[in-house]
Order: sequence, then structure tokens, then C-alpha cells
Amino acid sequence: MEHRYDAVIIGAGLAGMRAAIEIGREADVAVLSKVFATRSHSGAAQGGIGAALANEEDDNWEWHMFDTVKGSDYLGDQDAIETMAKDAPRTIYELEHMGVPFNRTPEGRIAQRAFGGHTSNFGKAPVKRACFAADRTGRVILDTLWEQCLQRGIKFFDEFHVLSLIVDKGRCCGVVAYELETGALHTFYSKAVLMASGGAGKIFKTTSNAFASTGDGMALAYRAGAPLEDMEFVQFHPTGIYKLGILISEAARGEGGILRNSKGERFMERYAPVIKDLAPRDMIARCILEEVRAGRGIGGKDYVHLDLTHLGEAVINSKLAEINGFARTYAGVDALKAPIPVQPTCHYMMGGIACDADGRVILDDHGTVFEGLFAAGECACVSVHGANRLGCNSLLDTLVFGRRSGRQIRRCVQTVELPPASPEYAAKAASRISDLMNSKGTESLVPIMGQMQAIMMDNVSVFRTGAGLGEALEKIRELQQRCRNIRLHDRGRCFNRNLLDALELEHMLDLAEVIAMGALHREESRGAHFREDFPARNDERFLSHTLVRFTGGTPQIFEKPVTITRFQPKERKY
Amino acid sequence: MQCTFIIYRFDPAVDTTSRYQEYTVAAEPTDKILDCLNKIRWEQDPTLAYRYSCAHGICGSDALVINSRVELACQKLVRDFKTANNFVIEPLPFFKVIKDLVVDLKPFFDRHRSVRPYLINDQAPPERERLQDSETQQFFEPALRCILCASCTASCPISRTNPDYVGPAALLRAFRYIFDSRDAATDDRLEEIDSENGIWGCKTMWWCTDVCPKGIPITKCLAQIKRVLKKKEKADS
Repeated sequence: MEHRYDAVIIGAGLAGMRAAIEIGREADVAVLSKVFATRSHSGAAQGGIGAALANEEDDNWEWHMFDTVKGSDYLGDQDAIETMAKDAPRTIYELEHMGVPFNRTPEGRIAQRAFGGHTSNFGKAPVKRACFAADRTGRVILDTLWEQCLQRGIKFFDEFHVLSLIVDKGRCCGVVAYELETGALHTFYSKAVLMASGGAGKIFKTTSNAFASTGDGMALAYRAGAPLEDMEFVQFHPTGIYKLGILISEAARGEGGILRNSKGERFMERYAPVIKDLAPRDMIARCILEEVRAGRGIGGKDYVHLDLTHLGEAVINSKLAEINGFARTYAGVDALKAPIPVQPTCHYMMGGIACDADGRVILDDHGTVFEGLFAAGECACVSVHGANRLGCNSLLDTLVFGRRSGRQIRRCVQTVELPPASPEYAAKAASRISDLMNSKGTESLVPIMGQMQAIMMDNVSVFRTGAGLGEALEKIRELQQRCRNIRLHDRGRCFNRNLLDALELEHMLDLAEVIAMGALHREESRGAHFREDFPARNDERFLSHTLVRFTGGTPQIFEKPVTITRFQPKERKY
Repeated sequence: MQCTFIIYRFDPAVDTTSRYQEYTVAAEPTDKILDCLNKIRWEQDPTLAYRYSCAHGICGSDALVINSRVELACQKLVRDFKTANNFVIEPLPFFKVIKDLVVDLKPFFDRHRSVRPYLINDQAPPERERLQDSETQQFFEPALRCILCASCTASCPISRTNPDYVGPAALLRAFRYIFDSRDAATDDRLEEIDSENGIWGCKTMWWCTDVCPKGIPITKCLAQIKRVLKKKEKADS
């Protein structure tokens, strides 16, 4: 089946839906999502969204910018970070006007709370900057944006999985997608395509991410020739529920929660004397594993305790109710009475499709634009998070840059004609599906997926070494080979998850390779990327973005400089 | 330990009627029911279809009937059931089955749409936020926990007998906006659901409240709408 729209958006999370609202005012837009819109992983965001509203304490956008730059270990592009920090208050007011039910101060203003790495006065003390709706901030924003889309009559194609981009003479002209319910192929011709497909946490064994977070958009753009930027920077959130990886929001520490080792010691005092348990995520994740290595994990195991018992019923029930529910259901612990067992869990990709602050995908270090292709949200790398994202900045990123991409697309579709039909793309996709379905291969996809997740967790997570990364890269490439020889067991057309699994696995293996390549290339330690064989930051050699482009059938690495405007790199201490 | 799963199967391409298939799974007491379904799909039968995503009760994808009760498969653990490690898994009732445990939720979302589930306020907003006090918000806060999993509407006995009844989930969303001080369409909203297919369809049977995986007191919330309408009726007469 063929469809024609001015713009097609891949992904119905916050970035995609915010862009759809922006575009929908003046142009035809379709949103494709492999899960129903309100199932998108943005809904799992708990703690808050950062903006210097100064509703609770003195604050301003410059401090927010500084914290983000420092949090990024000076790898974030400062012009983009400035754009985001300045636009943050407007973004929050806009959400409030759309109906987002933020918690309130006694005066009826939007309430704010402390979050990791957010400080006043350029690092002097923690500041209340996170706007929140209890501990379901992402969920209520997702619902609100979806409802705004309903009001505006935005067209959704739910449970559509994108198979490939249509690229003609260097211009992206649409996508081919697979409808899960019927197995039908759909070709969408459009003047612009926005990737807003989220992260890829499922590459790692332990993750807070949803099953849907398999990096499809990043992999599709990469295969179509767009470079992926800074993919070696993978955020491990310090507090995932032990063994399960389910997120316990940083808001728990923002409200006063404390991390303790087997001796009951508040160990973060030793590592970050000023802001302690509110240090950035990369540092705390490493500190937890340092404690474990020193034999101070709980019961000698690889986890520590997150203690909320002193916060009291009122705070937990009104601001942290959802996570106490998770603790009770999954860890069998009531946070009011006992500490929660936690360990680092793969949470967020700082890297993504290289793009500018208007979402335009950038092909090289001269700023050449990939015509017709845009990216926003977690799958994009603007780059505002650099080597480590601060909590509360991801929701902000999705909304600020979702809107800006939408605005840019709205302008762009006014001057461009709809591309002519090119049925060969659908034909190619159809033969790929039928090849997969009829493959007489000898491999099963489940062990390949398990081995990828294990090697990435063992060798490419919080602590890395050259030897371990080399081994991981070799293994991933071997798995890619094996993946070409898999056999599917479901050959039906209706809701064939087996097929979807195979397509997702290919995407994840591509990204795993790029992550390992970037990590091997970067012989320094910065933000979330920690090389035990190169434990120091090396600004002289590596104050630059890593890019990996798929050219001539192989991935190739190049670099581009970091934009530094206001804040010169300094040693990062908290 | 070994668990037995008896699972509802229906593939429109080959089956004329539904059937049940039995699987044996090695599971830990702390495994989620969703983990067990994944083990079946990954290790035994890749053709089994069901929806899932976040796996911790926030996306609302995996509401199913587990041992005759509507539950989220990712929010219930093996140890939560006292059925000697035997499980019967069926799709949500009321909705049409697409394949196995996957149902067609289009009617659910159509009804949701019918209550105009968005803030209506034509007045130009202030430069900063609209003020709202915490007590007002606390009043409709329970409705914000809704994850649109459709458990309530699927379980509601009225939904099953009156196909035009808008159902508890949509009414809960109406409740959310009726009591939001920032919404300017309160009277219209009340009028729109002042009917047997609307709020009066609710006969206070409590099934919705009983099954809600987020613990929302749905029946009580709907009763608040009825109260306002009664009061209005009295004032008008």
C-alpha cells in the first residue's frame, strides 16, 4: 500500500509527538510507531524535567548550561546546550498550558526538586531545578502530548515497524514499513522523515529500557549513510533494582535518599564531598562498582543499598509512590521500612544520529546536510549530553529539539515537492522479508541475542579495557555473521514477533559494533566512557566527537571538533 | 521449579476456533509471568503472540487474564499465585482477538477519544504557568496513574452487555479533566456524559476498581462525577 505525507515521523515518544504537533499545524504528518503511541518508552521517565524556573530557589539558565556542560565532561556542544537551557522554561510553561499536571508549590506554582549534577552558582550547592509530576513525569507528558495529537487529528500508524529508508540521489524521500497486524508492506513517500525512535538499551544484558528500545532508527539511518556520533557514551543509571535493572529514579536521592555499602556507610561522601549522593550518574555508577570491587557490596555481592527509610510516609507516598510500588512488587521491599537493593543498569545512549540544533542530519565534519532526513530525542546526537547526560535533561532534550525539528520540517516541506514513486524500495523490502521467512539457516536468534547482551555487559559497560573491547568487537562481528544465517520459526503474517525480533537483532548488532568501535578508538576516560588502561581525560587528543559512518560496506571512524563557547574544559570535581 | 502454562491460542490464518496449548516452563518464584511467556516464546514456541514493552507496569501493553483475573503480566510474579504453579493465560475479555493473546483495542481508544481527552481552554495562557493548588490536583491525581491498559473496561460487566457504554477508562479520563481547574469545558463535558451510555452506565459494580493494576479507585472517581451532576440537577430545578 502507498501513502503520501508531507512529513513522516518514526517513533511516537515525546520527541516524535512534539514534532508532530509542530508540523501538524500546517502540513500533513504521519507518525509511525512499532508500539501503540502511549506504550512508548518516554513514559517510563520518572523523576522530572529540568528548567531554571527559580520557583523554589534562585536559579538561572546559565547555571543550568554550566551544569550540563560540566556533566557532559566538556564534550557537549555548548551552542546547543545554551539553546536547550535557555528554551527550558518556555518548554515547561508550554507543557503546563497543554495540561501536564505538574506538582505544585504552596503558592500554586510548578514545584521543583533537586537532581544529580544540577547546582546553583556554578557548582556550589545542589539546586531544585527538576519540574515533576510525582514519579511519573514522563508518563503524564506522554499522555498529554498524545491527547494533543488526538485533538489536532494527527494520523498515527501504530504497530508499524520501519524496514528501510527511501534514499534517492542523497535525499531521504520516505520509508518502507511493515504492518505487524497483517504483515502488509506500506510505502510512505514524504518530503521529510524524522527519526524519533528512542534508545537501544536492549543491547545490554541489564537495562532499565523497554523491550522496544532496540535502536531501530539509529541503525536505519546508519545503514542509509548517516553517521552515528559519540556512540561509545552509554549511560548506566546507578540505581536499577538488583538483578532486574528496573529504574529507581534519581528523584529518590533528590528527595534525600542515601546510598550505603555493606558497612552502612554513606560512601558517596568520600567520592563527591560537596554534592554526595547527587553526583552525576557516571560517577555514582563507577563508585558503586568500586565499592563492590573493594568487597563492600551487600553480602559480598554486586549491589548496594538505596536507603529511603528516613524520608517518611508523606514524601514517599506523594512524590515517590510509583517507585515504592516497583520496590514492593519486584524486590519484595517496602522502601518505607527497608533499603532497596540497587546496581547500575544500562539506561541511555548519549550518542546517536549526528544532527544540528534544528534536527537536520549532518553527514560530515563540514556540516553537509542529509537532505530530507531529521532526528530528535534519544536517537539523535545534537550533542547536548556529551559524555554523560544529567538526569532531567533527556525529557527536556526531546521536547526542545522535537519542537525545533518540527519547525524546521514545517519550513522545509513548503519548498520541496513530493518525491516521485519508487516502487523498487518496497520490492527490495519484500524480498528481504521473504528471504528471512524462508531462510533455511541453521542459527537461532535467541542465543545470538543473549551472547550480544552478555559480551556488551561484560566488556563494554561501566569499566572498559582495550583488550576487553577488542574481544567484544571480534565477538560482535562473529555474531553479525551468524545472524545472516538465522532461521525463523514463525512464518505467519499476523503478529509475527519472531520476524520483528530478527529485524531488531540486526539493528542492535550494528549498533553494538559501533559502540565497541568508538570505545576502542577513544583511548581516554571521559564521562560515562571509562578506560581502565587510560584512566585520565585527554583533552589534547580526544576533545572531539567520534563519528562512525557506514561507507562501502564497512564502518569508518572520523572525528569532529567540539563547540566550546562559554566554559573552557576544567577538571571535573563535585 | 516447573510451572505449567495453559495458554489460549488462536491464529486467524489456520484456526477456525480458539484452542488451548500447554507448556512447561522452568521458572523462579520471583520471575514475572511475562518472563515465563518470554521463555516459552524464545525457547519453545516463537509463534506465540502477545504484547509487551516496558516490563514494569508503566506502558500498559500486557494486560491479560491470568488464572481468571485480569492482571498485567509484567506486574505479577510466579510467587504471587497460590495455584500450585499452574497458570491459565487468556487474552483480555470483551475485545476481539487478533492472534493468541493480542486483542483489537481500537474500540477502546475510540471511546477514549469520545470524551475529548485533552485540556480545553480557549483563553490565552499567561506568560508563565497557570496557578493551581495542590489540593485541587490531589483530587484528580488518582486518574493520572492510568496507563490505558484497558483492564477496567475489559472487566466491566456493563461494557459486556451494553456495547455503546463508554466504559470506566474513558470516564476516568473525563473525570481527570472535569476536576482540573485549568479546564474550561466542565459543563460541556458533564453534559456529554450525562446519559446511560455515559456516566449513568456505571452501576457501581466495583469490578474496574478491583482489577486496576495501578490501584486507582475508579468507581469512587466516577461517583464524584455523578455527585456533581446530581447537585447540578438539584440546583437547576
